[in-house]
Amino acid sequence: MTKQIIKLTVNGEEQEVLAEPRELLIYVLREKMGMKGPHVGCETSHCGACTVEMDGKSVKSCTMFAAQAQGAEITTIEGLGTPDNLHVLQENFKEHHGLQCGYCTPGMITRAHRLLQENPNPTEEEVRFGIAGNICRCTGYQNIVKSILSAAAELNAAKEAAQ
Amino acid sequence: MKDEVTRDDRVANLKGLGCSRKRVEDARFTQGKGNYVDDMNLPGMLTGDFVRSPYAHARITSINTDAAMALDGVIAVLTAKDLEPLGLHWMPTLAGDKQMVLADGKVLFQGQEVAFVVAKDRYIASDAVELVEVEYEELPVIVDPFASMKSDVVLREDLDPTAPGAHGPRKHHNHIFTWEVGDEDGTNAVIDDADIVAEESMYYHRTHPCPLEPCGCVASMDKVNGKLTLWGTFQAPHVVRTVASLLSGIEEHNIRVVSPDIGGGFGNKVGVYPGYVCSIVASIVTGVPVKWVEDRMENLMSTAFARDYWMTGKISATKEGKITGLHCHVTADHGAFDACADPTKFPAGFMNICTGSYDIPIAYLGVDGVYTNKAPGGVSYRCSFRVTEAVYFIERMIEVLAIEMNMDSAELRRINFIKKEQFPYNSALGWEYDSGDYHTAWDKALKAVDYEGLRKEQAERVEAFKRGETRTIMGIGLSFFTEIVGAGPVKNCDILGMGMFDSCEIRIHPTGSAIARLGTISQGQGHATTFAQILASEIGISADSITIEEGDTDTAPYGLGTYGSRSTPVAGAAAAMVGRKIRAKAQMIAAYLLEVHDDDVEFDVDRFVVKGAPERFKTMGEIAYAAYNQAIPGIEPGLEAVSYYDPPNMTYPFGAYVCVMDIDVDTGVPTIKRFYALDDCGTRINPMVIEGQIHGGLTEALAVALGQEIAYDDMGNCKTGTLMDFFLPTAWEVPNYETDHTVTPSPHHPIGAKGVGESPHVGGVPCFSNAVQDAFRPFGNRHTNMPHDHWRIWKTANDLGLHD
Amino acid sequence: MIPAAFEYHRPSDIAGALSVLAEHGDDARVLAGGHSLIPMMKLRMADVPHLIDLQDIDVLKGIKIDGGTVTIGAMVTQHEIIVSDALFAAAPIMREAALQIADPQVRYMGTIGGNVANGDPGNDMPGLMQCLDASFVLEGADGTRTTKARDFYEAAYMTERDDEEILTHIVFDATTAGYAYEKQKRKIGDYATAACAALITKDGDTVASASISMTNLSDVPVFSEAANAALVGTTCDAAAVKAAVAAALEDIDPTEDNRGPVEFKMHVAGIIIARAIERAWSRA
Repeated sequence: MTKQIIKLTVNGEEQEVLAEPRELLIYVLREKMGMKGPHVGCETSHCGACTVEMDGKSVKSCTMFAAQAQGAEITTIEGLGTPDNLHVLQENFKEHHGLQCGYCTPGMITRAHRLLQENPNPTEEEVRFGIAGNICRCTGYQNIVKSILSAAAELNAAKEAAQ
Repeated sequence: MKDEVTRDDRVANLKGLGCSRKRVEDARFTQGKGNYVDDMNLPGMLTGDFVRSPYAHARITSINTDAAMALDGVIAVLTAKDLEPLGLHWMPTLAGDKQMVLADGKVLFQGQEVAFVVAKDRYIASDAVELVEVEYEELPVIVDPFASMKSDVVLREDLDPTAPGAHGPRKHHNHIFTWEVGDEDGTNAVIDDADIVAEESMYYHRTHPCPLEPCGCVASMDKVNGKLTLWGTFQAPHVVRTVASLLSGIEEHNIRVVSPDIGGGFGNKVGVYPGYVCSIVASIVTGVPVKWVEDRMENLMSTAFARDYWMTGKISATKEGKITGLHCHVTADHGAFDACADPTKFPAGFMNICTGSYDIPIAYLGVDGVYTNKAPGGVSYRCSFRVTEAVYFIERMIEVLAIEMNMDSAELRRINFIKKEQFPYNSALGWEYDSGDYHTAWDKALKAVDYEGLRKEQAERVEAFKRGETRTIMGIGLSFFTEIVGAGPVKNCDILGMGMFDSCEIRIHPTGSAIARLGTISQGQGHATTFAQILASEIGISADSITIEEGDTDTAPYGLGTYGSRSTPVAGAAAAMVGRKIRAKAQMIAAYLLEVHDDDVEFDVDRFVVKGAPERFKTMGEIAYAAYNQAIPGIEPGLEAVSYYDPPNMTYPFGAYVCVMDIDVDTGVPTIKRFYALDDCGTRINPMVIEGQIHGGLTEALAVALGQEIAYDDMGNCKTGTLMDFFLPTAWEVPNYETDHTVTPSPHHPIGAKGVGESPHVGGVPCFSNAVQDAFRPFGNRHTNMPHDHWRIWKTANDLGLHD
Repeated sequence: MIPAAFEYHRPSDIAGALSVLAEHGDDARVLAGGHSLIPMMKLRMADVPHLIDLQDIDVLKGIKIDGGTVTIGAMVTQHEIIVSDALFAAAPIMREAALQIADPQVRYMGTIGGNVANGDPGNDMPGLMQCLDASFVLEGADGTRTTKARDFYEAAYMTERDDEEILTHIVFDATTAGYAYEKQKRKIGDYATAACAALITKDGDTVASASISMTNLSDVPVFSEAANAALVGTTCDAAAVKAAVAAALEDIDPTEDNRGPVEFKMHVAGIIIARAIERAWSRA
């Protein structure tokens, strides 16, 4: 089938690749655009390991063709912080043991990032509901929830201090 | 004023044993820079993909690969015929059986590997799979092990029906083994004469470890140098190397096996799968790297399952509730091939820990393994070998006995616990429990949850229910478990003949930092963090200055890998022992530098000091430097050591769990109101990591108890092949857990540690299950099988007349 | 899991989409959020040589509330339904139901049009649309026509929509009725074991009108006239609820699946329907 040029802005940088229509966003990101943070877990949109942010939405990139994302702005875990300046969520996941094997972590943090954009001051229940599209097999979620709540508090404190 | 560095500061700087050191792994994982097998992309790499059987039992009448081969970009389509000349169409299993790599004449379970397509990319491979034409002639399907033992249908035509199997005589052509432990006649005699006898049959359903990352590998045969490199999801990379060498004939030094980061294992990644063998063959044939990564459906339908034990028990007691005997029989459904991952001499793993935490004078265990048309496996899913089954069995038998005696099961446990002064305790089924203080743990747990208060509340709720004021009832789930982990002593534990020791090697660098390598492999447990803590306390170098490496067989010392909670008990012990070797040499160097006799210096946190003159010392940094730059008479330069540790015994972690649950009898929906977990894993290396392990293990226990199941229909179709139907709970379904602990060190482990990763799963499953069953006890419930999903809970309520 | 190859079409208007449908007939399918279709394509259970992505068609977007009439474009996502305060004011049951669909990521992509048009008995919106007495606007080569949600569903995956038509809008009246969407499921991301939408209005102490519909309890969504009739004119007391539940259960025909056997589903349906009615009444 005809390959087409897929143009995406990934973590602030424009990238262009050739892809068949059937190529899924997850594989294009991982194998053609160098973003290996998001992972393939279940392939049927249940586990959320492939979660990336697209134009202000958390999406499961295993259940979307790259062609659908044409022209979109994509943020993956690689776009959230730098080694010298980690994102508050990344810091808090480290601080509160919010990860073990690390496989769900990029999707989980990327999802939490969007959640806090939309609800900067969530309750524990809202965090649990908000990350229910991301499965973790290792942590039992308790420390993930703790990490996200702590990150939210930190972000809010920083916002207040800035005002 | 000069800042005084106190001894406490020096201890803190080590980040050694007992502190909640933050994990060193997390920097890469939180930034998406982990390196999992599917992240590998080598130049020219091909993709492998399987044609799988849609049938559970069928004869293959033809395989036509022409159309697939004609597809542009398809390099090869392998079938059993292609592997046969290499002797690789079958492979040995870890359980002494053999398994088809690719279907040889027939298929024995749905999803079985039939042909392996090798193509330029995943898209072409996937198209080619559709083009391989396989003709099947359906055969009668057997999914029930009891039916299998009576059936004329021969599942394994490759086996001589009269010849013994790997574990002795076989009773029937679909029978695999009988394994017996204990004194059956003596046990029966005790039970026949007993005041009280409780009997129960229970099914521990088939489930699956389902790590979030599926299984996969990249095989790369370098024909120029004759070296094969295999990267993959291996919980035991060294064993994989040995197996690969034995199967392929490539000398072991020419094979390098690497486990990169692994996205969870839970037992699923212990075994060797057809995908690995096919990838190796394909790479040898093509001379380029070949990647195979299964999808989730393939993972659930074809790689190793767990449990599937039909257990029947008889337990006897005196009128006062003192248990006098225990009889257990298991019919074990092993599926199409016996691919259990147990130590060779234990075909039912450590199921003979089924006397639990109780002083039971006489017992018997018999296990019959049986073939059916289901996927092979039988691995230990987040537990030591079959310990989950054993603990579930005894913790249900205790409840059933309590019902029989009309007594409180917490008290029944207390009466029968092995007493502190009985350790080391020799169980009726042959284990020597190393240490324990069960009464203290139990009392602490019951007090923490206000057990009496809970029972009072439950009784009030029962009355309210009977008066029609509420439609929810309350269950109090109890479990007290004793694990048996850290396999194991080479004298009785081996896998494919390899003794189950483990290892640690360390090199101290001249400037006082170090690298240590071990024979284990982390799949999320945080070894790079915690092993460094053990070493830090032993050698006085900060954990932050110690790199830990595992999983590369070219560099790491041989070890049996990570499963069965064996990393801390075995490799962790090796780490402590290797540290002691370093310290012994460092002591001699320090004495030389301080110009005193070896015996006149002593180790203190991070230095050797002259006894009685603490102002005279050499730090480990100074000693390391001297090891490399000074000629010291009688001492070799350098500072490194290796230790292979053969544990003298298993370790026996234990714990006390309480679950409080509400059940909506009308819908069958359970709600966990509270979960308290007290764990005793001996010496605690990193409390933060321990708690994380407990949260995770409890959540996997919740899943198994409340719905996670691999189910088949009568035709052998797997009904639970995606995450819609295979229950992995989300954050929404999971409660917060309260964790607590006691510390009873292992007397034989160098630092007294016992292992913890699997305890919460082992103890958690019966606790959740007991909560469901306890809620119905006041209404006449005795036992119902897991998984307690909504409809089964509803059915219990319905059967008890609660909907009338 | 890799789908078979296909041609990707991304028209910017409905005419463009219709012309691809006309040209390729059965070989073409429209793609909205994709969370039903793409997994089926990946499993190779749906063969779609021509995929028509509707995301660039502006007329399919947006929620309009005009003089008591709510019009929702087919490409409006569950997420947009949840966050729209105007829609919440006009029909609060929409938010309550949408929050119970799948998970956050799926709701960002999953659309109301895809949910109602696919004909999957597990989808929640069809039953809800029947409860709201919504109309579906269908556009084809011969122009547009309107059909009632209550007449739309014929069998599992079989609807009144012609293969060469596109469902463009959903229209229903704003409602101040007491509302509830009750759903029992095994976990987040699961389809309903049983689900029920209820809208009830009050006249003094009695039920003025009632609208009860059910999800995943037959091969199509079920709107129960008999249940409604059992409630109207009553004080929605226990006897009335019981009668309504009995009537509703007469109208459903659940099948056994991994969630449980028919007997269980019938019982749970009764409980869920009763709870929906009671909660809707409490809000009426």
